[in-house]
Amino acid sequence: MSDITLAPGTGVTPIPLGEVLPWAIFGGLILLLAIYFVGAEEGATSLFSGMYVHEFVHDGRHLLGFPCH
Amino acid sequence: MTRDLLIRGMIVGVIAGLLAFGFARVFGEPQVDSAIAFEEKMSQAANEAAEPELVTRATQAGIGLFTGIVVYSAALGGLFSLVFAFVYGRVSSFGPRSTAALLALAGFIAIVLVPDIKYPANPPAVGNPDTITARTELFFVMLVLSVGSLAVAVAFARRLHARYGAWNSTLIAGAAFVVFITLVQYLLPAINEVPEQFSPNVLWNFRIASLGIHAIVWATLGLLFGALAERLMVKQQPRYRLQTAR
Repeated sequence: MSDITLAPGTGVTPIPLGEVLPWAIFGGLILLLAIYFVGAEEGATSLFSGMYVHEFVHDGRHLLGFPCH
Repeated sequence: MTRDLLIRGMIVGVIAGLLAFGFARVFGEPQVDSAIAFEEKMSQAANEAAEPELVTRATQAGIGLFTGIVVYSAALGGLFSLVFAFVYGRVSSFGPRSTAALLALAGFIAIVLVPDIKYPANPPAVGNPDTITARTELFFVMLVLSVGSLAVAVAFARRLHARYGAWNSTLIAGAAFVVFITLVQYLLPAINEVPEQFSPNVLWNFRIASLGIHAIVWATLGLLFGALAERLMVKQQPRYRLQTAR
């Protein structure tokens, strides 16, 4: 019975916001950037000139349903 | 804890990406090839010069497809774990496995299914290059409205919870979400750039393959991440355990 605590009521303890936020902000930014490169770079918008990124992930972009060209 | 969850989310994302790549290779690539063959036939008929091949088809269908799907899926897995870390214990009192499964279901509906109903995936040869900016904008508007309204619906269900109970408040908020999305999809402009002679069979198979890829990714995220998070949180970190009333 060691997993039953004396705390009244039921529920689970949330992870403190202060612990989640730094990871969410910095991790979230980098991860969204990765999705941007797979999904939209050199399509509607471009950070690099040329079409290499677009052509390289071309099939994945189509099959993942991003507007491609 | 968040760091441990993020690492697990990204690892599960990579595994989901590998499974989705296998599926895409078998069920998606034949449709892409048919669409490209159609594209070439049309440009030949119009006497247009063939587009120079910057990346070979073999690379696009192999390492290119692999990279695209695995990077997308790993990033999605990471984001999934971050949202999980935020909602766990805040939205419901479900344990890690149920929270992950429900979150994945919500993600699949809001990020994949709802936008896909309005602006479905298109194979090569479908879509006018001149409208790519407008199409991309509309796609992201649909995506943001879909994710935003689902988040609002969840908050709404929580407000109704005390008065109507879990079952009825979920039904009411779910119905509100469906009505709002129907209205949005009715009002947003339709896009139809499918060429007249394009095979409807290829189009259907392509779109179903696209949905299948996403279904594999989200199912893996929900179930496998849930299992890993359960092990991490319940077995190793007693403070995140379900606290049972006495």
